[in-house]
Parts: sequence; C-alpha cells; structure tokens
Amino acid sequence: MATVLIVGEHDGSKLNPSTARCVTCAAQISGAEVHVALFGADLAAVAPQAAALKGVTKVLSVANPANAHPLAAVLAPQVVALAGPYTHVLGPSTTFGKDLMPRVAALLGVPQVSDAMSVDGPYKFKRPTYAGNAIVTVEAPESRKLVATVRTASFEAAPQGGQAAVEAVAVSVPLPTHTRFVSVSAANSDRPDLQTAAKVVSGGRALGSKENFQLIYSLADRMGAAVGASRAAVDAGYASNELQVGQTGKIIAPELYVAIGISGAIQHLTGIKDARTIVAINKDAEAPIFEIADYGLVGDLFQILPELEKSLA
Amino acid sequence: MRRIMVCVKRVVDYNVRIRVKPDGTGVVLDGVKMSVNPFDEIALEEALRIKERGEADEVVAVSIGPDDAQQQLRTALAMGADRAILVKTTDVVEPLAAAQVFLTLVQKEQPQLVILGKQAIDDDAAQTGQMLAALWDRPQATFASKVELAGAAALVTREVDAGLETIEVDLPAVVTTDLRLNEPRYVKLPDIMKAKKKPLDVVELASTGVSAGETLKSVLVEPPKPRSKGVMVKDVAGLVDALKKKGLL
Repeated sequence: MATVLIVGEHDGSKLNPSTARCVTCAAQISGAEVHVALFGADLAAVAPQAAALKGVTKVLSVANPANAHPLAAVLAPQVVALAGPYTHVLGPSTTFGKDLMPRVAALLGVPQVSDAMSVDGPYKFKRPTYAGNAIVTVEAPESRKLVATVRTASFEAAPQGGQAAVEAVAVSVPLPTHTRFVSVSAANSDRPDLQTAAKVVSGGRALGSKENFQLIYSLADRMGAAVGASRAAVDAGYASNELQVGQTGKIIAPELYVAIGISGAIQHLTGIKDARTIVAINKDAEAPIFEIADYGLVGDLFQILPELEKSLA
Repeated sequence: MRRIMVCVKRVVDYNVRIRVKPDGTGVVLDGVKMSVNPFDEIALEEALRIKERGEADEVVAVSIGPDDAQQQLRTALAMGADRAILVKTTDVVEPLAAAQVFLTLVQKEQPQLVILGKQAIDDDAAQTGQMLAALWDRPQATFASKVELAGAAALVTREVDAGLETIEVDLPAVVTTDLRLNEPRYVKLPDIMKAKKKPLDVVELASTGVSAGETLKSVLVEPPKPRSKGVMVKDVAGLVDALKKKGLL
C-alpha cells in the first residue's frame, strides 16, 4: 500500500494552498495514506490547517528554531529522517519545493519526478518538458522510494473536512550551519495571491513603463484579480519578479486570465495553458497569444483599458 | 587557486519550435539547432564577471554528453572560460547521475563555487544543482538573481515566490542561476578563434565510475492537448458581454 509524505509549505501563520493541491495529487495514488510534514519554529497556527485538509490522516509537526526559515540544506536531512516508512515523498512545485525536494531525493539516492501533472499509476506520472511542448509519461521503479514535485496548477485544492491527528515529532539529525537566512523582501499586498487567484490580469512589454503598469493594477483591483506579468515586463523593470508567469516563473490555472499587451511567447503560454478562460488584448492581430485565447480583442491597450475599467464600474 | 566550475548543458536551441515524434518516443532532434542551455550561459557569465572582479582565478566549463557537446564547450571557451572538460557519453544522463558525475569533477578540481542554470530548457527538471549540493554536503543557493562574494562566504539573492530572499552561504557552495542574474555577453569572432587553442579535455563517462541510463522510464511522449480555437470580439462591450455570459464578470 502506498504511504505518502507531503512536505507542507507555509509562512508560519498560513498554510500555503500548494499543500492542499499536493494532497489531491497524493489522494490519486490508489489507496494512499497521506501524511503532511511541517517544519518551522512555531507550528501552532499552521498544523491545524494541515490537519483540516480532507484526506490527510496525520500531521507531523517538526518545530525547531533552526526551521524558522525554509532553508533546503537544513530541511532536507530532516525530511530524509522522516521518509523511512513512506513509499512516496511529495512537495509542491513552488520555489520552496523546487529548492528542497531534489536535495531530499539526492540524499535518498533516488531520482525525482519534477512537476507531476497527472497520476497515471502509483509510480506513473505525466510531466511537462520543453516548456510544456512535450508531455512525457514517466514510470519510476517500484522498488525505490519515489520523490516528486507536484505541478500545483494541475490539481484542485483538497477540501476542508479532515480531522487528522497532529503529532509533534523531534528529529535529531545534525543540521548544517553553512547556510544562513539573511532577509526576505516580500511585496506586501492585499491583492489576491497570483498562484491561487480565480482571476488574473497580466501585463506585458507593451505597457511601456512602470508607471503605465499601474493600469494593470487598477483593472485588477476593479475585477478583484491578482496581477501577473510577462518575462519581458519583468526584465524591463515594469513589474517585480514574483509576478512573472511562465516556464521559469509561476505556472497558474485561474478561472479567468486576461493578457494585456503580451505577445504570447511559448514560455509565457506554458504558464497559463491550464487557465479556464483566456482573454487577450493586443495591438498586433498576428500575436501568438490569440492562438490560445478564448476571447481576443485587437486594439490599443491605452484606449481599451480605461474603457474596460469604466464598463466594470 | 580560486576556481569556479560552470556546468553547461547542450540543449535544443531556445528558438526551435519543438515537434513530438508521431510514434511517441521523443521529440524530433534531427537537424535541429543545438545551443548552450540559456541558464547555463548566465551561469558562465556570472563566473566570468567574478573572475574579472579579481575574486576568482580560473573558470572551468564542464559538460556531460555526446561528442558534439564539444561545440557548446567551445562556445563557453569563446565567452571566456579558461578550459573545459567533457564527460563523454551517449547514454541518457538523468539529474542524479549528472550530479554524481559533477561531484567527481568537483573532488578533482576543488572549486570554491559551482554555478549552473536553475533548469535546462529541455527536460525542465530543475534538479541537478540541488542534487550536487546534497551529495557534496555543501550549501545551495538556487534561483540566484545576485551573487556577492565576501571572503569565505557568499551573499546570494534568490528569486522566490514571495519576492526576493537573501541567504548567506559558506564557500564552497553551489549556485543556480535565474534569468535576471545578468545578461550574457556576445561572443566575438577573435574570441572564437582564440577558443580553439584553449584546452578541452574529453574523458569517458566510465572513467568517472558513474553509471548513467534511464531509471525514470519514459513510456510516452506526446504533444500537449490543444486549446480549442477562440473567438475575436469587436470591442470592449463585446468582450464584457461575453465574459458576463460566462459568469466571469
């Protein structure tokens, strides 16, 4: 029988929604028993959130001052120490999981399946390669522990309704001191989170400046949407890095994605292919974004955006 | 000697439109332009800048792959790497095996820093750097957008989902590069000529004691499901109307 350990992601107060999506992936591994491991300095706030996810039967809470910040080099040996009884160890394909899980896999001496997007069997998964242009079905050896990151956009979040036991666990393995947290500059925002928002408004190079990019924020606020950006817009300094959507940025699956002044490079399209409805607004009728858009509107964004905002008022 | 090792992968060029073989065994590679993985190019550029600042003495570019991967190492030499090593194999080399091979090179070359791309744009696995750091039992600083050396440590700014995170790592360490770390230089013709004379060692994979091969069996490769063709709307009113009908506004 499959037993799955999910490495939960959180910021100390809130469980990251990527964890609930990993639970859904794990639940698709037939007959799996699903546990969530949490690492932090103080897990009193987040452990109950993990325990409340439907499908989770146990939460392992590893509280340790050394775990105050998620440093892969510090967390990996602890994950390995817990991994023993499990057949599968999963983490989200967020920067947290992408950083940590390969280190875990290497310490376990097993390969990793990156970005699992569907479960075809307990050891069989689909994953995207070549910026999503080639989907590979991979089969991992059943004789070894399977480590995978989960492409969170491909799975719905597990619902509430679980009542898992929370077990405080002391992990006594030597932890390295060669890696130290210094600081994090997070854009504090009341806007919806890009990775989990139902609606996303994204701006591209055609915005032309950081000042003009405010038009995107303004429309997003009007719609209750999160803000995203193309790589070109981030490279040009119009928007900050955590807003980047695409192959090397965030992969998202909102109900509605509005691409404004984004031509639609293949690397960008990779990040939005799972969106339910895509709207493209672009001056260039030949822009590749129109090939995947459900609704396209050709025109000058500087005329269209104010008009659009007004009609939503 | 303060040495930086840069890992370079030969991949299908960024601009090539990928086609999946009809029999589902892979993507079409015949006659397709191959290049240095763009993230590895950024890694090499960073190593060169560190050396040019006088904070390193030598930059060694290493690769694992077929004989043809010498082309990508020549590009690395033309950009400014001092010498190169190719670990030659035609086998499939998964990230764990690649990390094991790089570890043998690290033990030989004793670099203070290993820099490589955060992912290769072919398999998009994003594993090798972290795995090397794990096997080497050294720090990793992934998705770097800024690297500053400070004596026996490095301050690395990382692009994470929340924003920018800065960590301090003792050297030696592994750094994987994100897009905005730098803009790689263009290679000039005289540099290409000069690169031909720089040392490029070719060693067989077997000599490293690492065995490669497919442990994750690729059962089927298929193109992504296409999205159904959408419609063009005439104006803002048409767009708002359509979205309202779908309950999206």
